[in-house]
Amino acid sequence: MTKLSIDPITRIEGHLKVELEVEDGIILSARSSGALYRGLERILVGRYPLDAQKITQRICGVCPLAHSTAASLCLDDALGISEEVPRNGLLLRNLIFGANFLHNHILHFYHLSLADYVDPEALPGAGTAPLVQLLSPGTAAEDRRFSEQENQRLVENYVLALTMRRKAQELVALFGGKMPHDMAIVPGGVTYSPDLGDIQAFRFRLQEIARFLEERYIPDVFLWLERYRDHLELGRTAVFASFGVFPEDGGRAIPAGALLGGEVVEVRADDVSESVDSSWYEADSVSPAPGKAQGYSWVKAPRLGGRACEVGPAARARVALRLNQNGLRDVLQAGLGGADVAAEQLGSVGGRHLCRALEARFVAQAMEGWLSELDPDAPVACGHEIPAQGSGKGLTDAPRGALGHWIEIEAGRIAAYQVISPTTWNASPRDAGGTPGPLEEALAGTRVRGAGHTEAGRIVRSFDPCLACAVQ
Amino acid sequence: MSRTSTLPVIWFQAAGCTGCSISLMNADYPDIQNLILDEIVPGQALSMLFHATLMGRTGRASLEVLERVPIERRGEYVLVVEGAVPTAGKEYGVVGERTMADRTASLAGSALAVLALGSCASYGGIPAGAPNPTGCKGVAEFLRDVGVDTPVINVPGCPPHPRWFVETAAYVLLGKASRPGMVDEVGRLSAVYPGLIHENCPRRADFDVGRFARSFSEEGCLYELGCKGPYTDASCWEHRWNGGVNWCIQAGHPCVACCEPEFLDRVSPLYRKLDPDDIAGAGRGR
Repeated sequence: MTKLSIDPITRIEGHLKVELEVEDGIILSARSSGALYRGLERILVGRYPLDAQKITQRICGVCPLAHSTAASLCLDDALGISEEVPRNGLLLRNLIFGANFLHNHILHFYHLSLADYVDPEALPGAGTAPLVQLLSPGTAAEDRRFSEQENQRLVENYVLALTMRRKAQELVALFGGKMPHDMAIVPGGVTYSPDLGDIQAFRFRLQEIARFLEERYIPDVFLWLERYRDHLELGRTAVFASFGVFPEDGGRAIPAGALLGGEVVEVRADDVSESVDSSWYEADSVSPAPGKAQGYSWVKAPRLGGRACEVGPAARARVALRLNQNGLRDVLQAGLGGADVAAEQLGSVGGRHLCRALEARFVAQAMEGWLSELDPDAPVACGHEIPAQGSGKGLTDAPRGALGHWIEIEAGRIAAYQVISPTTWNASPRDAGGTPGPLEEALAGTRVRGAGHTEAGRIVRSFDPCLACAVQ
Repeated sequence: MSRTSTLPVIWFQAAGCTGCSISLMNADYPDIQNLILDEIVPGQALSMLFHATLMGRTGRASLEVLERVPIERRGEYVLVVEGAVPTAGKEYGVVGERTMADRTASLAGSALAVLALGSCASYGGIPAGAPNPTGCKGVAEFLRDVGVDTPVINVPGCPPHPRWFVETAAYVLLGKASRPGMVDEVGRLSAVYPGLIHENCPRRADFDVGRFARSFSEEGCLYELGCKGPYTDASCWEHRWNGGVNWCIQAGHPCVACCEPEFLDRVSPLYRKLDPDDIAGAGRGR
C-alpha cells in the first residue's frame, strides 16, 4: 500500500489537502482535510445583527452571494419580515444571485477544471507561452483524449470564458452595487431600484452570456462527456440533498428535497446535525481544538438524518427529476436525453459537470423571466426593527449546494451565529460513526492509472470545493 | 522589436476568501487576459509562476514552484499576498505542511517587493475582527515582527478594485513606487487612494442640504444609515465597479470603509451613524 498526499489541491477555492491510500491501482480510502480556520462565527458574536449580512459574505469571494442570500433570509426570519419583502425585492435578489450562479459554473468548468483534460503543450502558435506555463501540470499529462483541434478550441474558449465570467460579475454589480461582495441585498429586500436603462443593460449582458452558454459552454461539456464517457462511473455517490433556491410564487424555482434512498423526502432543518469527532473542535463544536488527536480537518461533518449527503448541482438535479415541478426538471430531461445519460448516473464526475451546464441554461432562462417581471416603479425593500431577542434561520441552495445560516439575537446583539456551507457537506471528514464524507466516499474504490493524482484531482474538483466556505 | 522583460510573480493566498483574485479577474482595460499574456507597461510583462486558483500544477508539482523560485530567483520576483497571516497557533493555516506564517516570511524574505493585496493582507481585515481568534495580522506588521525588511506596498479594499492593483503594479514596474512621498502613512500609494469619497460623492448635494435617507432604498445622503464615506479614501466614486456599471453608494448602500485600516472593528456597527470622533484623522491619503 502507498500513501499519497495531494497538498495543496489547486484550482479550487481555498486550502484543501487530500490523503489517499492506494493499493494495486485502487484508492482504498481517502481523507480530506480543510487547512484554514479563521473563526468568523466567533467574530460575529456581540455585533449588531444587520452586520452579519455584510460580514458573512466575506466568508467567500467566489460565492459571496450565497452567504449574502442565506444571511438575508436568516435576518428576514429573525426580524419577522419574511412575508413583507416586496415582490420586486425578491426578483432582484433572484437576479443578483442567478448571475452569481452563471459566473460560478462558467468559472468552474473552464478555469478550475479544464486544465485536468486539455494539453497546453499541444497548443499551436506563438504568443501562448504564458498560457502554457499557467496551465501546465508540471509533470507528464495523463489521459488526454481531445484531438488537436478540440484541444485548441477548448483553450480558446477558456480565454473567452474569462471575459464571459467577468460579464456575469457585471450583471451582479448592475443590481447589486459591486462584485465580489455585493452591497444591495439587505434584510427586507434590496437597496437599489434599477431604472429601465439598468434593466436593458442587464438584459443585453444576460443575452450575451446565454449565447455563450448555448454556443460554447454546453457544447463543450457535451464534447467533454463524449470523450470522457467513463467519468459517469468516476467518483460516484448515492445520497443527495437540496435546500432549494430562488423563491418564486410561494415555492422555489429549484426545489428542495433529499434523496436518502428511495423517494424524495422533505428537508427539515431540525434533521441537520454536525459531528466534530474528526474535526479540530471541542465537543461544543465551536471552540477550536488544534492538534486534537483524532482530528484531521477544520471542516465539520454535517449529516441529514444521520446521512452524509452530496450537495450541489447533481443533488439538485436528482431531486428535481423526481418532483412534479416544471422548470429545471424539463431542461434536465431534454439535456440528459441528448447526452444519453440516466438520472442514476448523475452522482459522478461526468454528471456533476453536465448538471452544472444544464442548470446554467435553466438559470439564464429563469432570469429572463424575472427580469421581465421587474417593475421599476415598485418598492424594493420593506422596513424593519431589530428585536431585543429573537432567532432566525436562512436555508438556500448556492452554486455549490445546500447552505444554512442560523442566528440568535439577545439584547439586540448577535448571541450566536452558525453557518453550514455546501463544501462542509461535501468535503466533510468522518463522523462519529466513522462514515466518510461524500468526497471521501467518491474517492474510495477508484481505479487509478499512475500514482492517483489525475483521477483524484478530477474527482475532487468535480465537487467545486470551496474551503473558505467549508470552514469559516 | 524590443524584448519583453518579465517580472515573476508568486501569488500566495493566506487567511482570505479568494475575493481579491476574483476582483482582479474582473479587470477591464487591461483585462485578466492582458495581465497574464501581454506587456502591461511598455516592454514589461508579469509572469504568474504561482497562483493556486488558476495554475495547472497541483500538490507536489505546485509546491515545488513555491520552494524553488525563492532560491533560483532570489530578489527578482514580486510576492503578492492575499489574505491575512494567522500567528496565534501552528495549525490555523497550513499549506503543504508548513504554516502560512512560515511560508509568507520565507517567500517575502527573498522577494524584490511585496504587494499586500486586499484589506486582510494590508491590515488584518475580516479575520482580524475581534476577538481575532487566530491572531491574524497584515503582512507588513507580520514581517516587521519577524524581522523581514522587504518593502511592502498595501493595496487594501474588500476586495480592492482591480484598477487599484493594476495602477499600483504599473508604478512598481516603472520604478516610481519608491519615490519619496509616494506611500501614505498606512502603506498605500497615495496616488491610488487619492481622496475622500464624501468630498466627491454624487449624493453630496443631499448631505449639504440635509436630505438624508432614513431607511434602505430611500433617496438622499446615506450618512444617517452609517455611511463611512466621510472617512474613506478611495476612487470608487470616480471609477465605479465592474466595468463602471455601479458602486456601493450609487446602489443605495452606505460605504463600509472596506479599504481603511479600521475595517472591520472600528467601522462596525456598519449601520450606525458616524461620530465626529470617528471622522477625526480621516483623509490620510491626501
